[in-house]
Amino acid sequence: MIKELVIISGKGGTGKTSISGSFAALSENKVMADCDVDAADLHIILDHTVLSDESFSTSRKAVLTPELCIECGKCLELCRFDAITENFRIKQLSCEGCGVCAAFCPAGAIKMVDHESGRWFVSDTPKGPLVHACLGMAEGNSGKLVALLRKKAREIAEEKGYELIIVDGSPGTGCPVIASVTGASYLLIVTEPTVSGLHDLKRALELAAHFRVKSGVCVNRADINSEMASEIEKYCKETGISFLGTIPYDKDVTSAQIEGKPVVDHSDGAASQSIKVLWNKVLNEISE
Amino acid sequence: MEIAVASGKGGTGKTTISLSLTTYYRDKGFKVALLDCDVEEPNANLFLNAEISEKTDCKIPLPKVDNSLCTGCGKCDDLCEYSAIVLIKGKPLVLPEMCHSCGGCALICPEKAITEVDRIIGIVEKSEKDGIKFAGGRLNIGEVLAPPLIDNVKGNYPDEEIRILDSPPGTSCPVIESVKNADFLLLVAEPTPFGLNDLKLAAGMGDALGLPSAVVINKGGENDHIIKEFCESVGLPVIDSIPDNRAVAEKYSRGDCISIIKENYSDKLEKIAEYISIKCRRSGQND
Repeated sequence: MIKELVIISGKGGTGKTSISGSFAALSENKVMADCDVDAADLHIILDHTVLSDESFSTSRKAVLTPELCIECGKCLELCRFDAITENFRIKQLSCEGCGVCAAFCPAGAIKMVDHESGRWFVSDTPKGPLVHACLGMAEGNSGKLVALLRKKAREIAEEKGYELIIVDGSPGTGCPVIASVTGASYLLIVTEPTVSGLHDLKRALELAAHFRVKSGVCVNRADINSEMASEIEKYCKETGISFLGTIPYDKDVTSAQIEGKPVVDHSDGAASQSIKVLWNKVLNEISE
Repeated sequence: MEIAVASGKGGTGKTTISLSLTTYYRDKGFKVALLDCDVEEPNANLFLNAEISEKTDCKIPLPKVDNSLCTGCGKCDDLCEYSAIVLIKGKPLVLPEMCHSCGGCALICPEKAITEVDRIIGIVEKSEKDGIKFAGGRLNIGEVLAPPLIDNVKGNYPDEEIRILDSPPGTSCPVIESVKNADFLLLVAEPTPFGLNDLKLAAGMGDALGLPSAVVINKGGENDHIIKEFCESVGLPVIDSIPDNRAVAEKYSRGDCISIIKENYSDKLEKIAEYISIKCRRSGQND
């Protein structure tokens, strides 16, 4: 059975991608999926070669033909997204593609037109196949794109007979995160020992509980505030969440990124060693 | 004047910079509001520590079908672009999480069998502390759509002289909702390859929205050139670089990032504020 490990954080910038990239280096026979489609970075440290590049368009946008417009104002009255200007132009970035203006335009001046929301790629990397994407500027539908990436990753895994998919998720708890975690086998929540890290960890754990996905927690840059790191560990133990360890602050993480490598391939410093220990624990958790 | 603080990448210091600028303007005697638009991870008040004095539900309209009036014609299903109302065994089923509240199904139903009812997706919290007005949102866990809640948050304190918008990370719809009407977009970037990649996306967003924008490097140091080279190549101004400082990180972890920034980098805040006011005045003249 294919296991899908999803790495999320709640708070942004806690180290999801650095850890995902290192897991990619430490594991075999797996597919990676970068589901942070808003700000995809995993490919930067995986020396990728794009094998396929395809358009993603599940949404439509309103397009108005000025010559047909009778300026009756119906569209302006009905649009709830403030996407139509006083002089009857459609603000592309505000249009949610609901189609109400097109359906009710008495002059038939508005049409709904297919619209590219982003592009998605299958890449080859020294660590195995990587599925990633680039969501267009100001696009919605990030959830659908995430669902598509997870589906493609699964197809590749099935085709190759691999049993593991590593998903690098996005920050927050909204649309793309929900699309990343539903139906996943295991969630690794990467947090940091700060008041905001703890606050957002609790929201991420609520999300995991809401969607009934088993999860574990690790604290990155734990030595920035060891007291807070211990508090997080205690919180996990009290609430019955697996606490999988800590990673110290280590400048090698940044130098590895600059070199375009996962930190475990760059050096065997403090962060690398902790990530290796963490990986073994995660493996145990997901094979349970 | 409305200043949006955004970044593309998470964890670059948006909240820290937003709060620092808020207190800076307060100290200069401005009437200032801080609006936390990151409703998925609302963190600004963890640092401001203002006691919430008002909580309001954020409600969005959701269609409700009166099956006794419905003839199963399927026009609602045909119209809905989000598959949020689908005909199952001849009757429409509403999927609340998919619904964007466009109101189309209620309008198109020939039998007037669809009305709209309120659905709560989160709360808006308000307070005031030490001359700073604060509003933020908290999206309920399991809810997909942040923009309507962000819109609610932004509806508060419209008349303050300075409105600081602490945006969520990324460049998709919640971020656009946060920054779209701002007078100035301040992009906080960290000098790493990830920081650069995500800054490019955020800068592209600022361009697409036609917002005057500039960059502040946070956690700066020897690698600042990563950001500066890009900014130079696209003509995006870099106002200043706030050095990487472990003491700031440690203070931040305990919930206090403002005092130390004020102590050490007040000249930088001054420079940022001056830059923004000059830019905004100029773009005002151009209008």
